Amino acid sequence: MMSEKFFTEWFLPGIWITVQVTVYSAALALAVSFLIGTLRTSPLWIVRFASGTYFEIFRGTSALVMMFWMAYAVPSLLGIQFVPMAAGVLALGLTYGAYGSEIVRGALAAVAPAQREAGIALNFTKAQRLRKIELPQAWPEMIPPFNNLLIELLKGTALVSTIAVADMTFAGNLLRLAKGDSAPIYTLLLVIYFVFAFLLTRGMRLLERQANRRMGKTPPEKTGFLSGLRSKSATDAVTGTGGAK
Amino acid sequence: MNWDWQVVDDFMPKFWDGVLVTLQALGWGTLIAFSLGLVWAIALRSDQKWITWPVAAVTEFIRNTPLLVQLFFLFYVVPEWGPTMSPLTTGIIGLGLHYSTYTAEVYRAGIEGVPVGQWEAATALSLSKRRTWTAVILPQAIRRVIPALGNYVVAMLKDSPMISAIGALDMLGEGRAFSDTTFTTEALTVVGVAFIVIAYPASLLLRALERRLVR
Repeated sequence: MMSEKFFTEWFLPGIWITVQVTVYSAALALAVSFLIGTLRTSPLWIVRFASGTYFEIFRGTSALVMMFWMAYAVPSLLGIQFVPMAAGVLALGLTYGAYGSEIVRGALAAVAPAQREAGIALNFTKAQRLRKIELPQAWPEMIPPFNNLLIELLKGTALVSTIAVADMTFAGNLLRLAKGDSAPIYTLLLVIYFVFAFLLTRGMRLLERQANRRMGKTPPEKTGFLSGLRSKSATDAVTGTGGAK
Repeated sequence: MNWDWQVVDDFMPKFWDGVLVTLQALGWGTLIAFSLGLVWAIALRSDQKWITWPVAAVTEFIRNTPLLVQLFFLFYVVPEWGPTMSPLTTGIIGLGLHYSTYTAEVYRAGIEGVPVGQWEAATALSLSKRRTWTAVILPQAIRRVIPALGNYVVAMLKDSPMISAIGALDMLGEGRAFSDTTFTTEALTVVGVAFIVIAYPASLLLRALERRLVR
């Protein structure tokens, strides 16, 4: 299917780039999620308004359009030139962070009000309350929807190939152009993405079990081999809404 | 800051062509996603293992792999042994197929939300299987999932620019072609803003719909 030279010079590095883009943009998305998510619960209306505007704008844009915009329009508009991978990571992190902020906001809102009141009664400052009472209790609630969002993000990383970042999809396209034989490479790509999604889910399950144990909760019921790839949660990862399901 | 309104003006005719293609892709894609998703959902409720297992495997696979690579597969691999399709047709099939695996989950949740008593009543009235689905279960299930389905239409809108990667001239495709031939970037900004302008009112509308239909 591919020569050894192609495999070691394009395909393997491509897989590594995909992993890197996934990790970097997931880290950025996580940071944005927590920042915007907590700001959206602020008692100050101006803070809520600003963070809500961020949420609506970045949820409204298409990640691919954002990526092209970052890679090609921003340099001429603002005079900032990103390396292609940075443009891809920024676009993915900022858009998926907006979806994630809804997860954080929802989980914080679901913490029992008595917990917050107890914090006030104990004379905790707002930051202490958030850090020591609200976030630790909201965290286990966030993991299942974060899992779904992470898989969406992994699928989104394929988009960086369109702005000339040499990830594994890019390598696949190169091979098609060189050899004209596209069936095996695209099938292989799909399988690798699926395996990555599967591994990520397993990792997030471990995290979820650990978080629940720390909360003194019983672990959730075991799920089947195939039905186990997505977590059932009230927040929808694709649409970024508290779904009506 | 580098911005020229004249370029925006020049882009506008192309832009409207692109909007039309995007809306076409979205409309037909939605039609496929909604109908195929319902087929998946009903198949997954079958009591025959040889139906549920392959359907579950295929939908899981499609849902957890990137739409972009699926589009490449449909566009470059399928013609090797199947029909050759235009970029737009391929894009519509890709979008519809990908999102049908999401809408299947939505329908499934809706069907599970119908009280067991409704199934029992249908049995008690000795309704045929077809009548049970079409007259009792689906009308109740679909009503309450309409907002969730609508959310996926908005999600599909945001994924639709991917069809430009296989050469369809949707909003992004037109924007890229224009930018590449004129060495300008205003078109990309116009396209980006257009997505927000379409998606934001749509999500407001869905929230209103959700309040009306779901209690």
